[in-house]
Amino acid sequence: MRNYRHSVSLDISKCKGCTTCLKRCPTEAIRIRDGHAQINSDRCIDCGECIKVCPHKAKRAVHDSLKDMKNYTVTVALPAPALYGQFNNLTNIDYIIDGLGKVGFDYVFEVACAAEMVSAYTRTYLGRDGVSKPVISSACPVITRMIGMNFPYLADHIMPLLPPVEIAAKLARDAAAREHPELSPTEIGVFLISPCPAKVSYVKNGFAGDKNNIDRVISVRDVYFALLDVMKNGSIPEGTSSAGMIGIGWATTGGESSAVFNDRYLAADGIENCIRVLEQIDNEDFTDLDFIELNACSGGCVGGAMTVANPYIAGARLGSLKRYLPVSPNRPADGDIPDYCFSDGEVHYDGGYTLSSDRNEAMRMMSEIESITAGLPGIDCGSCGAPTCEAFAEDIVKNETNADECTIIMRELFHECIERRRKELLSEKIGSSKPKNGAEVDSKK
Amino acid sequence: MSENVTFHFDVDGENFSSAGEASVLVKKKLRQLGISPEIIRRVSIAMYEGEINMVIHAEGGSADVTVTDKEVAIVLSDRGPGIPDVSLAMQEGYSTARDNIRALGFGAGMGLPNMKKYTDSMEIETKLGVGTTITMKVKLS
Repeated sequence: MRNYRHSVSLDISKCKGCTTCLKRCPTEAIRIRDGHAQINSDRCIDCGECIKVCPHKAKRAVHDSLKDMKNYTVTVALPAPALYGQFNNLTNIDYIIDGLGKVGFDYVFEVACAAEMVSAYTRTYLGRDGVSKPVISSACPVITRMIGMNFPYLADHIMPLLPPVEIAAKLARDAAAREHPELSPTEIGVFLISPCPAKVSYVKNGFAGDKNNIDRVISVRDVYFALLDVMKNGSIPEGTSSAGMIGIGWATTGGESSAVFNDRYLAADGIENCIRVLEQIDNEDFTDLDFIELNACSGGCVGGAMTVANPYIAGARLGSLKRYLPVSPNRPADGDIPDYCFSDGEVHYDGGYTLSSDRNEAMRMMSEIESITAGLPGIDCGSCGAPTCEAFAEDIVKNETNADECTIIMRELFHECIERRRKELLSEKIGSSKPKNGAEVDSKK
Repeated sequence: MSENVTFHFDVDGENFSSAGEASVLVKKKLRQLGISPEIIRRVSIAMYEGEINMVIHAEGGSADVTVTDKEVAIVLSDRGPGIPDVSLAMQEGYSTARDNIRALGFGAGMGLPNMKKYTDSMEIETKLGVGTTITMKVKLS
């Protein structure tokens, strides 16, 4: 996919060109060139891993701002349930819903409520005939993009339902439009409060196709700080949150799949673990599973790069927040899946790793890569700017770098040069004082 | 005429969790060569099943994958016990895997049948007490 709009950006002035992000990027999308990181946008899946690991805070998530509210007559906030886990000592979600009003939003529609609907529809979908199992959750946009890049065969295992954020956006927009028939759609601003940059890309690239109803994506972090200011007032708000246990559970790994009410599920998190699971399903392992929940972030959505709290602490807080809530108050009366909940966007194989569109040329390049790799030290140190020696060989063959960037080989050459020069100097010296022995020293190499 | 490319992998017999690593690496190489997803999947499943077999029955072995302009050839060689009755081993559901291996979810007796199913040709050379070499080919067009 060309011209993909990413939501991870680099502040060159802060980047020291260290190899931390280079080594952690799951798609090998990063190279260090001219002393700083470069992201190959064809390969970046917006997982946010580089943002999380950067020791110099040079990587940032690009997202909209609360100030963008002024562009709309009416605004709706869609808080992801991960937001609720950010606050210490929060006893009631109503404080957050109330606070979002004080921050300036006219309406609030909780993503957790839509998540409960999606859970009900997932159960219906799993019961249908002819469904390719295991069904893979469509909620994490990093995973769906990963499947498009590397696991094209699994594309028809992805649940064809819109993720909860999109269903929340549709319902919230419709409700706002009903309340304000005088407004045109562009005057209503639907703001997703997202824990991760991947949701920003999902919206900016229109992955929901015509069904995209989200106008702006703002970060849980920005909203957290804005809420801290207004929530201090201490007034006890009315009961405005309607999320239940299942909806809030979606913020942490296992929440979505336990709501399937079926033991044949798997839930994994962390992008590397998810890739391993996908590799195995791709090889037709796990054939007795019905449902697979994969979250690119450790801990689930609470682990997103646009959050504040430690994901496991946030998860523990959510656990106590949801303990006394009803199980699933937003479950639809019947499980029939309405048409608007189906996704238009298909996942396509984009062949982003192909060396050349000409097979013969690709074969020639591959041979060259193999032979160059065999001569490299194989320690994958990253000093050359590529994550592995093999990736370095590929970059050489693609003329994107030079073989002399390998510091290990250069060090060996340097030592050889020094040694040769030392012997030359030695033989000159000995040769000048004891001419008869000069030839003997030389013959030793 | 284009050149052929060969990839060699050692399949470690000690470790079940590493079984399948070679097929993952081959998938990556085939993607780089621009091979279609359908072919990549067939090669990968055949190779994965073969790797698991070598780990279960033969304490590992080696895998050589050669890509030509016409096909992908996979040669799996081991120095295991050999297969006493190939036609029996080819039957779906037949397995000699021990119970402790079945407990790990392997040994369903689908390895060899799947390898045959996903490839265009498969030849088995086996000698009791010496080892087994399986050659599989998947046509590119």
